Parts: sequence; C-alpha cells; structure tokens
Amino acid sequence: MAISEPIVLPHATDEVRLARTWAQPRGFWGWFMNVHHTAIGVRFMVTSFIFFLLGGVLAAMIRLQLSRPENHAIGPDLYNQIFTIHGSTMIFLFAVPMMFQGFGVYVVPLICGTRNIAFPRLNAFSYYIYVVGGLLLWVGLFLKTGADAGWFAYTPLSGPQFTPGKRSDFWAQMITFTEVSALGVAICLATTILRQRAPGMTLNRMPIILWEKLVLSFMVIFAMPAVMVVSSMLLMDRTINTQFFNPANGGDVLLYQHLFWFFGHPEVYIIFLPGAAIVSTLVPVFARRHIFGHLAIVTSVVATGFLGFGVWVHHMFATGIPQMSASFFTAATLMIVIPTAVQFYCWIATIWNGRLQMKLPMLWVFGFFFVFLIGGLSGVMLASVPVDWQVHDTFFVVAHFHYVLIGGALFPMFAGLYYWVPKITGRMMNDLLGKVHFWLFFIGFNMTFFTMHFLGLRGMPRRVYTYPPEMHWGGLNMLASVGALFMAAGLIVFIVNFFQSKARGTLAGPNPWAAGSLEWATSSPPPDYNFTELFTVNGREPLWDNAPNQPIVSGVRDDIPEVLITNSLDSEPQHKDEMPGASIWPFLTSITVSIAFIWSIFSPWGIAYGAIPVVITLIGWLWPRGHSPAPRQPALEGRWSK
Amino acid sequence: MTYRRLLLAISLISTTMLSACNREERELRPSPSASQVVNQAQVSGLNPGANPLPTPPTPSIYEESAYAVSEGKTLFGQYNCSGCHANGGGGIGPPLMDNNWIYGSQPQNIFTTIVEGRPNGMPSFRNRIPEYQVWELVAYVRSLSGLLPKDVAPSRNDQLYVKPPEASMPKQTPTGITGEPSK
Amino acid sequence: MIAASSPMHAAAVLASFFQGEHNSLHPAGPFSSNIEWLYWVIFWIVFVAFVLTILAFARASAKTYSRAEEMLPIMKDEEGDRKTKWAVGTAITVTVLTLFAVLFMSVITGKKVEGMSSSNPVTIQITGHQWWWEVIYPNPQADQTVITANEIHIPVGKPVVILTSSADVIHSFWAPSVHGKRDLIPGYSSAFWIQVDQPGTYPGRCAEFCGLQHAHMGFSIIAEDEATFEAWEQQQLKPAPDPTDAEAQHGREVFLTHTCVMCHTIRGTDAGSRVGPDLTHLASRNMIAAETLPNTTGALAGWIVDPQRIKPGNKMTPNPLAPDDLNALVTYLRTLQ
Repeated sequence: MAISEPIVLPHATDEVRLARTWAQPRGFWGWFMNVHHTAIGVRFMVTSFIFFLLGGVLAAMIRLQLSRPENHAIGPDLYNQIFTIHGSTMIFLFAVPMMFQGFGVYVVPLICGTRNIAFPRLNAFSYYIYVVGGLLLWVGLFLKTGADAGWFAYTPLSGPQFTPGKRSDFWAQMITFTEVSALGVAICLATTILRQRAPGMTLNRMPIILWEKLVLSFMVIFAMPAVMVVSSMLLMDRTINTQFFNPANGGDVLLYQHLFWFFGHPEVYIIFLPGAAIVSTLVPVFARRHIFGHLAIVTSVVATGFLGFGVWVHHMFATGIPQMSASFFTAATLMIVIPTAVQFYCWIATIWNGRLQMKLPMLWVFGFFFVFLIGGLSGVMLASVPVDWQVHDTFFVVAHFHYVLIGGALFPMFAGLYYWVPKITGRMMNDLLGKVHFWLFFIGFNMTFFTMHFLGLRGMPRRVYTYPPEMHWGGLNMLASVGALFMAAGLIVFIVNFFQSKARGTLAGPNPWAAGSLEWATSSPPPDYNFTELFTVNGREPLWDNAPNQPIVSGVRDDIPEVLITNSLDSEPQHKDEMPGASIWPFLTSITVSIAFIWSIFSPWGIAYGAIPVVITLIGWLWPRGHSPAPRQPALEGRWSK
Repeated sequence: MTYRRLLLAISLISTTMLSACNREERELRPSPSASQVVNQAQVSGLNPGANPLPTPPTPSIYEESAYAVSEGKTLFGQYNCSGCHANGGGGIGPPLMDNNWIYGSQPQNIFTTIVEGRPNGMPSFRNRIPEYQVWELVAYVRSLSGLLPKDVAPSRNDQLYVKPPEASMPKQTPTGITGEPSK
Repeated sequence: MIAASSPMHAAAVLASFFQGEHNSLHPAGPFSSNIEWLYWVIFWIVFVAFVLTILAFARASAKTYSRAEEMLPIMKDEEGDRKTKWAVGTAITVTVLTLFAVLFMSVITGKKVEGMSSSNPVTIQITGHQWWWEVIYPNPQADQTVITANEIHIPVGKPVVILTSSADVIHSFWAPSVHGKRDLIPGYSSAFWIQVDQPGTYPGRCAEFCGLQHAHMGFSIIAEDEATFEAWEQQQLKPAPDPTDAEAQHGREVFLTHTCVMCHTIRGTDAGSRVGPDLTHLASRNMIAAETLPNTTGALAGWIVDPQRIKPGNKMTPNPLAPDDLNALVTYLRTLQ
C-alpha cells in the first residue's frame, strides 16, 4: 500500500458532527477551560521552552562571571541564587515538562489512535500547577528570595540555621508543585497507553515511544514521592521545628542526601529516556525500515527504568560510606550502561542495514549520538569510586551531566521538534536555518563543556563564584564562556526559524516524513477530534504494516465525546467511555491548591485553612454530570471487525 | 489575544517585583560608619532636652531582615551572651525571653545596654562589637520575646533543642521599669 | 586586590604557593598515584569504545540517499539483519566484559587507596567552618596539642591520618595532588590516610558548596622532612612571646581592646575566643584568609580593615581602625612567628 496518499474520508458529515462534539471553547475564559491534549501539550512545550530560555539567560550570566579570574560582575549572594535557579529551572521547569509532559501529552494519544488523553481535566490541572510552581521560583529570584543552596539544596546549608528567610522554602514548594504536575500527567499517560490504544496494537506491536512513556510514568510515580517527602521534610524543619536533619537532636544530615538522590537519579533517567525514545522513533523513519531489535530496545527501556532506582549512592561516594557499599553502587552504575549500549547498537544496526535519508531531524539525532556517547563514557569514569573521589563536585561532573542531559535530552528534543512541529503547526521548518542552528549549537556546546573536563581534572570545584588567577584556569574558562555565545546564537536562529515557518513555511500535509506511526494518519495540525476514523493496527508501524483492507473502528458515537477503551495486553475493544468536556474546574482547583501550598510556606495553618477552598473546587470538579442526552440520530450500525 | 494575556502577566510580575521584600535583604558589606565601634560615653539614660539615644541607621534592615536576625542569633552564641543569659532563660544574668525589660524594650535601650553595660554585671562591649553587629544582636534579643514577625524571626538551630525557636515564641508584651509605654 | 607593601614580595609568595601541585593528574603521593593510574586505564578503555562506536556510526551512515526529495519506500533486509544479530550480540558481550573489568579494577584500586596501616602515625583533626579550616594535631596532653588554621604540615614520605568533622554545614577536604576528596559532614566523623612523597606545598580547596565564600575556602598541605616538621610542631606549641618594641606592644593593646579579641585566640594573652582561626603563630603562615591572600604587611592590613571587600559575606567584621592603631596592630601580628 502506498504510504504517502492522503487518507480518504468516507463519511464527510461525521467530521462536522465530530468537530462540534469535540470543539474546545474559545475566548479568554475558554482558554482556561480547554481540556484537549493537543492544546495542553502545546502549552507544556511552549512554557517549558520559555523556562529553558530563562535558564539559559542565567547560564549566560554564570559564564560571564566565570570568564575571568576574580571577576566582579556578580557578587556571591546573587551568583548562588543564579546557579541554583539555573539548575532548578532546567531540571524541574524545562527538562521534565518538555520531554515527559510536553511531548508525552501531545503525541501519545495520537500514536495510540485515540481522541483524547485519559483524565483530560487532570491533565489540564497538571499544566496550571506546573506554571504556578515555575512562577513561584522565578518571582522568588526577583524578590531576593531566590533559592541559593544549589539545585539539590543539601542540608544543613539549606536548613533553618544557614539559610535564613524563605529562600529554601520557595524552592521546596516549587518542587511540590512540579512533582504534583508530573504525577498527574504520569497517571494520564499510563492510563491512556494501557487502556486507550487502537485495537490490534498489542503490547508486542506497541511503538517504543509508548513503552518509554509507560515506563516513565511508573518511574515518576515511584520517584516523585521521594522528592516530595524530602522537600516537605525540609520545609517542616524550617517552619515547624521538626528535627529530621538536625544531628544534635537525633536527625541525620545524610538522610537528606539519600532521600533526594533516590529521586534524583531516576529523575535524570526520566529526562534521558524520552530522548532515547525520540531517537528510536526517528531512526526507523529516516533509515526507511523497521527498527532493528525492537524487543531488545523495549527490554532495555524497561531495564533502565528499574535499574535507575538502584544507583543513587553514586552521588554520595565522597561522603565516607564504607567501601563495600560504594562498590555495590559502582556495579549497579556500570550495569545500567548495558541497556543504553544495547540501544546504541540497535540504532547503528538499523542505519547500517537501512537506507539513510539525512533530513534535518536526523542531523540532530547524529548530534545526540556524538554528544551523549561522550557523556555516557565520562559517566563510566565517574562510576569508579576512586576516580569519583577526585572529580566529584568539580567541573568534570558539570561537563558530564551537561553532555548527558543536553546530549541525551536537548538534541533529541530539537530532533523531535523539527520532526513534529510540522504536525503541530501544519508547516515545515526551514531546512537551512535548521542546519545553521545545529552547527552553531553543536560547536558552541562542545567549546563550552568539553573544556570543563580539563578544568575539573585541574582542580576547579563546582559552584564557585570566582577563582584565583594563579590557578591558571582563566584561559579555559574564557573559552567556555565564548562557547556560550555560539549556543545563544543557535537558539536565536531556532526561534526565528520557528516563527517564520509558522507564518510562511511550506505546508506539511498529513505525513511529510512518510512515517509509520498513527499521528501521521491525520491532518496537520490535527483537528480537535484527532482522527475522523479510528484505526486498527496490524503491525509495529501501523501506516507501513496495515493491510490494504485494514478495518476501522465503528460504533463509537460522534455526538458525545466518546473514546474506545481496550484491553491492556491485546488491545481488544472492551467498552466505550464518555470523556469530560471543557471545564473551568481544573483551573479553579489549581488556584486553590496553589493558595494552600504558598500559604503553607509562611504558616503551617495554610494547609489546614487552605484545604477548605480546595475541597470546594474538588467538589465542583467531581460533581457528577450524568450521561449526555439520547442521540439526535440513531448510532451508526455496529460493525466490530478484527 | 495571546498578547493581551502576555501583557497582563508582565504587569503582574512587575508589580510584585517593585514591592521589595525586606525579609530577604542581606547587607553583606556594611558601610564604614555602621562598622564603627561606638565611642559615646553615656552612663545615664536620662537627658534634658532632646532624646540622645542612638537610633539604628536603617531600622528596617535589622528588624525586618531574616539574615540580620539570624546573624544576631549566631553572634549571641559566639560572643558568649549565652554564658550569662543562657538561651534566653537567664542564669547569672536576667532572662531575655520574658516580658520584663529592666532597661526598656526599645531597640535604642537594648543597644545602650550592650554598648554601655549596666549596673549589676552587664559588661560594656564598647569598642568590642561594631555598630551593625550590635543592631543585629538587638534585633535577635527582641525576637526572643516574640516581638518580631514570624517569618523574620529565626527558626530552629542545628543544635540541641532547649527551647522553642524564636519564630514559635508567643509574643510577650513588654513591661519595664523605665516608664516606657508597653508596645 | 592585593595591596602588598612589596609587590615583588607578594608575587614571590604567590608564585611559590601555587608552584605546589593542584592537579589530579599530577599526583604527589601513593594514594593519588593509584587513582591517577586507574583514571588513565579507564580513560583509554573509554576512548577506544568511543572511537569504535563513532567508526560504526560513520560506516553505517556512509551511504545516504539525501538527494531524493521524496521519502524512499520502506525496505526490509532480513539477510543483513541475521548477520547483524551476531555483530550486536558480540558487541554486547564485549561491553559487559569490559564493564566487569572496569568494576574489578575500580574495587582493587579502592582497596589500595583505603588500606594502609602504620603504627603511631601523625594524626590531624580537620574541622570545617564557614569558611576556614580548623587544624588540630590532637594529643592526650593539652599543652602538646597543636592548634592552627588552614595550613597543614606533614612529614614527607610517612602516612598521616586525617580525621574530619564539621562545625556547621557540609564541606569537603580536597587536595587533588594528594588524595581524593572527603566530605566533612556535621554529625559524622570520618577518617582517611594521606601520604605525600615529595616535599612541597600542595594547595587544596573546599569541594562541597558551603555558602557565600565557598570559592575562597582554601588550605594547603606542606610536606617537609622529619626534622623541619618536628621543629615546626615545637614552634607551634609555644605561646606568643611578649612583644619587645613599643609599637608591637601598642599593637597588642589594640588587639585586646578592639573587636579582634571577640573572635580570635592568641595563646599567651588574654584573647581566647574560638570563633575564628587561632592567630598565635599567624606570621609563620604563607597565606591568610583561608589561602586567599599572601601573608604580607599590606595584604594583612587590607584584610583587617575591610575583609568584606575581599570575601563578601564572610564572618569577619570590617575594622576601620585609626592608621596608627592599624600599623601597630600589623606590626604586632607580624611578630607572631
């Protein structure tokens, strides 16, 4: 079956009814009532990209201050706030919201072949809560209440004695906001992937990106509570005199580190795995064949999800823990290299035995291969305890994690954006500008961060606002700062490209890349009802593997917002479920929850009194609405086909 | 449509920015005059004419800054005030966490107490503690009676728990023998 | 900002200080040598892995079909895939074996670095403060206990035990040429061995973010032969001598009647506060302010008058002394050898 033919729609009138049923409200308040996943997904992506740019501005300020020894551009107090908020923004306000929430919420329901994400109101609520959390952190910066104890805020430095005021409290509650948001989306995505896949999309045929989002959702569900607990414990120590981290009174300073890193390490895999899944999605499309080793890659993704929880102590090798314990975590850290290596080999094999068409998204995938490989290999060096004793908390580690995070998430993010923006906006992005963006960014990135490996080995510790000239670190630091300028230039090119292509780019059509997954089976941008016809699936790449007379689903009503619920394993149709329509309650609930959380920074009564409006808005949200009235027309003839 | 929303957001954020938050003010580099050790010789609290009691150069920077009060708490231990006053309960010296202020509860009174000393054993710290640190100690001493706002007063220290932290102290309305009106 | 009385002198002091190695890859003792060996072994393994993987990518992507405007039809290559299965399987096996080798070497080196024994080693207790290092050579007899700050002397070629603790937040003791780092964690005490085999000055820095002046919290390890070390120890045990000339006497009076006495100890005088570093032998040290400034007259005077200019946020107050008082004080402090 030819793959670039547009899908012919047999029932034109259905579209009109579908559009009316699934239409999202317009106007100012309509924006706050929208519960469709494409709108919320775009909001996640745009908001997280704005936070990315803000975090980048902070990074530029860091590089400015560090460009020369004993520089006086920025004093220590402001510098501490800048690097803390840079790290917190990039991890909590950009990486997870973009890679997991943004891409996940937009793309997953389309790839599943369903009309909307599960629990659409929870999805919307997650977005509003995330925005408030981000604003909280940044408003803190502008009010001199910027968190200043580092993005992981070790006690006792972040505790009540050594950080007076409310700085660490703002940080701790930002964590609460963003983690509630991530948990909400995890629930939505896990349910969508398990219960709303197109019939025929058995677990065996499920695309890798759905496997990855499923694993990620479970990782979020297990890891986020740890950080919510530890940030709440910190908040309680600071406000209501608990003694969790006070060694003089029976508490333990290292408890903080264990709890934090139990979350912190899975967190970085929560950031990397989406990048790997984007690569696993793009490589088959641009090598023009099914991926090599689908089962091996799925197993690797699941294995990484599990193993990611077993390596956290490698962040604590210098704390004086016994050798035997440390060696166990060296073994676990080296073990987690294996699934990633398996994925690399499968990608190479796919390209080797395929016909590579080097389009713009693939350029970024190759950037990922190069950069993430270096980052992962420097991670192998860090896994070894004696070597870690020398390079821990130096710029070597800064180099490592920027290589794995920028290589493992940012490069795939740009690949994914160049790949999916045509679906989102309906227009292709400019090829030449994209290449200029790539090379500026790639050169600038390596200039900045490769030099940091040397700085770390030469003894430059992390989080220093300046350094003595006699250490001879000035030259390398200046080189690193110049690289930042290249990266900034590349980003400006990207933004220009995005806006000009949105206005005047070539029309993309439904499937510009002749890809195989279901999001390419609808128009670009997709309508509010996603698909006119609901498809069934015959293979791992539906648009490549479907039979010439592949059945479609019928019997799902088009006069109420209804989706088909299928079985988790075999994706057999089970029943139909009515989705909630547009609603203001997620937004109102996010307001009341925000008030309660922010009030609790200043007074413990905030939780008690703040809970009352929350309960009221939850009652509004959950008030039963009954089913829609009887259809105005008889339902279509039921015709289940396999 | 989106531009209007953006404008609304920008104006909201700028209004919050402009309302400065004194709690987070940190004076890391006090001016030379605030670092002066105090050299006035004044024994009695009574004066004809205008009240010559010293006033803090910028009152809000000490009483409203969590950093300054926290520094005061650290200095209280480091300069061994706790040697006589314990952690506010007193011992050799009178308690500081009750509502009985022998020489007055105003910042100026406490400042004079520390700099001049008082009869019955309070040493004079003139020339020993710079002015800005005395004001920090003054702010901390006032917090011991719960006179400072709850979000400015220090929370618990990383030490043995011997009394509720200053942020949890109930407010003790000061009374004193100098005839100062209770505030 | 170094206002040295003699710029050449200041430069000489700084140069000699930083001639000491501060580089993980320039080890000066057995522990850092073992770590450096392990680093290079892992580096070369990782480098070979990198080169092989890049070559594989290059070979895989050697032939591209990018000139085609349209996307090509989907293809299958079952024969190629069958052969590739063997290649991928081999690659995975080699990866697993290599990782085991790295693990094994890592554990062995770790044991070598931790395992050391010596009877009656020099023991040094390091307590981290915001933002300086308290250095104590403990001894059952109080008058045989050396107390100093930021500058650590050890005998060359002999193992030394470092005991760590912290007075406030987490710090990290790290002299890269000597050993890996060890965190100083409040509520915990940790012990590790160091040994330096070549005489010299080995700078170190705090390596765990500890607040406003984390960047300026340095120390140095000075390894010297046994006789010099003993002499240094004996000198450090002596209390400060009474100053003989009038200006130094006036300087001591300034010390005891101003803010200095609230925080610093000079044994042999009435000043006994433990808040700040012990100054009894201040003039015997190479650097001041936790290895931030050279120990010269001008730097010392500038530090006393306005420490916040050099290390904003640190715990020392500015001291705007009258010029005569300042000169006398610095003269006195320079007699504290």
